[in-house]
Amino acid sequence: MNTTKDSQYHPDGGARPAVLEEVRPANMPRRPIVENQRTFTWITQKVCGIVEGRAPLWWWVAFVISSMVASFTVMGLVYLTATGVGVWGLSHPVFWGWAIINFVFWIGIGHAGTLISAILCLLKQKWRTSINRAAEAMTIFAVMCAGIFPLFHVGRVWFAWWLFPLPTSNAIWPNFRSPLEWDVFAVSTYGTVSALFWYMGMIPDLATLRDRVRSVYEKRLEQAKSGFQRTFETAYYQFRKYFYGILAMGWRGSNRHWSNYEMAYLLLAGLSTPLVLSVHTIVSFDFAVANLPGWHTTIFPPYFVAGAIFSGFGMVLTLMLPLRSLFGLQDLITQYHIDCMCKICLATGSMVGYAYAMEFFIAWYGANPYEGFAFVNRAFGQYAWAYWIMITCNVISPQFFWFAAARRNLILVWILSIFINVGMWFERFVITVSSLANDFLPANWNYYSPTIIDIFTFAGTFGIFGFFFLLFIRFLPLLAFAEIKAVTPQADPHHHPENGNDDGHK
Amino acid sequence: MDTSNTASSPAARKPYGMLALFDSAPGIYEAARTVREAGYSRWDALTPFPVHGLDGAMGLGRSKVPVFVFIGGVIGFFVGMWLAWWMGYYNYPLIVGGKPYFSPIFPFPVAYELTILLAAFGALGGMFVCNRLPMHNHPVFNYEKFRHLTDDMFAVVIEAEDPLYDAEGTRTFLEELGPVEVTALYDDEEDDA
Repeated sequence: MNTTKDSQYHPDGGARPAVLEEVRPANMPRRPIVENQRTFTWITQKVCGIVEGRAPLWWWVAFVISSMVASFTVMGLVYLTATGVGVWGLSHPVFWGWAIINFVFWIGIGHAGTLISAILCLLKQKWRTSINRAAEAMTIFAVMCAGIFPLFHVGRVWFAWWLFPLPTSNAIWPNFRSPLEWDVFAVSTYGTVSALFWYMGMIPDLATLRDRVRSVYEKRLEQAKSGFQRTFETAYYQFRKYFYGILAMGWRGSNRHWSNYEMAYLLLAGLSTPLVLSVHTIVSFDFAVANLPGWHTTIFPPYFVAGAIFSGFGMVLTLMLPLRSLFGLQDLITQYHIDCMCKICLATGSMVGYAYAMEFFIAWYGANPYEGFAFVNRAFGQYAWAYWIMITCNVISPQFFWFAAARRNLILVWILSIFINVGMWFERFVITVSSLANDFLPANWNYYSPTIIDIFTFAGTFGIFGFFFLLFIRFLPLLAFAEIKAVTPQADPHHHPENGNDDGHK
Repeated sequence: MDTSNTASSPAARKPYGMLALFDSAPGIYEAARTVREAGYSRWDALTPFPVHGLDGAMGLGRSKVPVFVFIGGVIGFFVGMWLAWWMGYYNYPLIVGGKPYFSPIFPFPVAYELTILLAAFGALGGMFVCNRLPMHNHPVFNYEKFRHLTDDMFAVVIEAEDPLYDAEGTRTFLEELGPVEVTALYDDEEDDA
């Protein structure tokens, strides 16, 4: 039953030009995405083992510390709500201080997650499979941390719902001409779509966890020593059974389902790509639409997007390098992955550096004295210290990634990734504060400093981020192992290692 | 090779179909092609990950998910535009900065974001609708080695409702494909009803 339709799916089925039998394509070895020829079972075991084993001591230590640090933010916000937004160091002329800096900082970090899951998916970068799940989780938790700041910056947080186009007793609607209103839509859409994408990607992996719940329970029950432990294991089994059972939605790996699933995944990737680019573009409009020297530039959208991806990859490296060694994931997150991430940091860091230089050039070329002053003031004025921290961390530190030796030195990579995070925070500080503090009238000038409440509220968001990320590590699959399996050599239906009968069709 | 999947007597239970277990991606690919060529229509392949090219081997058509995404996107775009028009032009016209009450330009970012938001819901919802999920129980879950099908093994299931299905004939047919094992599956839920 060899129809022409068949031959399009399998070349052996149709008439095959004789020359193809003689021509053998050259063997072009690629760097493997999974090292040491790991089997499917090994991959499942490795990733599920993180969730199914007992929580390691470091996890508990990190969890307790994160929870305590997170309480800083909670207390800071309670104090702010009870007292007023003046507890932050905002005063004339700087009314956009750490709040907006922290907001842009966290949103930017989130962008690498979407870049990895969406843009690299469209570009068919198979290495993304090992890091996309954790990066998407990072996106969602980063957006949560980001949302806190504008939410409380409005002052009367109980009226924050006025940001949405909901009917109020004032009968006035939001102003759709304002980039701040666009931001409400962009960020809430971004958070929602990231969560949808994250969840959909997890469904097959949750099904695997669901199918293993019973055997994990039996093994753990055997090891239980006391009656209390047995009761705990049974209760935990019930929780896990329903948690994974409900979240997996009855996924059974049917290929008819995979077909729709892959289409939905591709479309979500296609939707998230313009989304991620638009979100930071709109964030940059918050600045660029204002007629303030140093903000009012057309370079802002691409410059902000590049910076966001840069900071996000910095954060992915900061998170994944320790996890890789703590969980022994070296075969799944290989040096190749680290090289790729370092190179993206190098590329985006250099773009950011180019943008810094271009801002100066345009400030001079534009011949606007206010604009010219704003930039000279950035580099040599009262906030010069912040400017040079930014330049050092963002432009100079990633240049190490030109060298393979630097990319292989994981301690160095980790330290540089922290520098990137620090540098990108300072970039937002420089943009926000230096332009506001020294505006058109010297009589208005002031030196802005944060208060202790600012500092603790921001520090606490790292605790909130860590709290959720650690829970994610414990309960959800850290790596997208169904996708990882699909990029191993043995997943190729035309892979015949035993007889070497590779028909060259991929 | 033959194992019945649960304890109660097979004669009293409604057969669901015949499952053949495979342990490699090339195995399932060839099996899917053969089953399709044999003319079966109500059958499925179960795999722990999407096997490249298996859709073609099974003869599956293009997914319907894009329809849901398109509808979601169109609704999102018009809802965004309509919101800005209805609120700013119709319900409470308010002059802001001497600008017109409505223009399709300024609410574009809002409409753009809502397009993506509703299209994304269309993608996830469309995937669930097309797949008839959530379906928290299914006869294939009764298979004792089911947990391998989300781990490292692959299976072809031919349903008893297929017009070409015949318990003995289908079993022999599947055994010729070189599977690890062939098992009859039963629909226990129907029994309880």
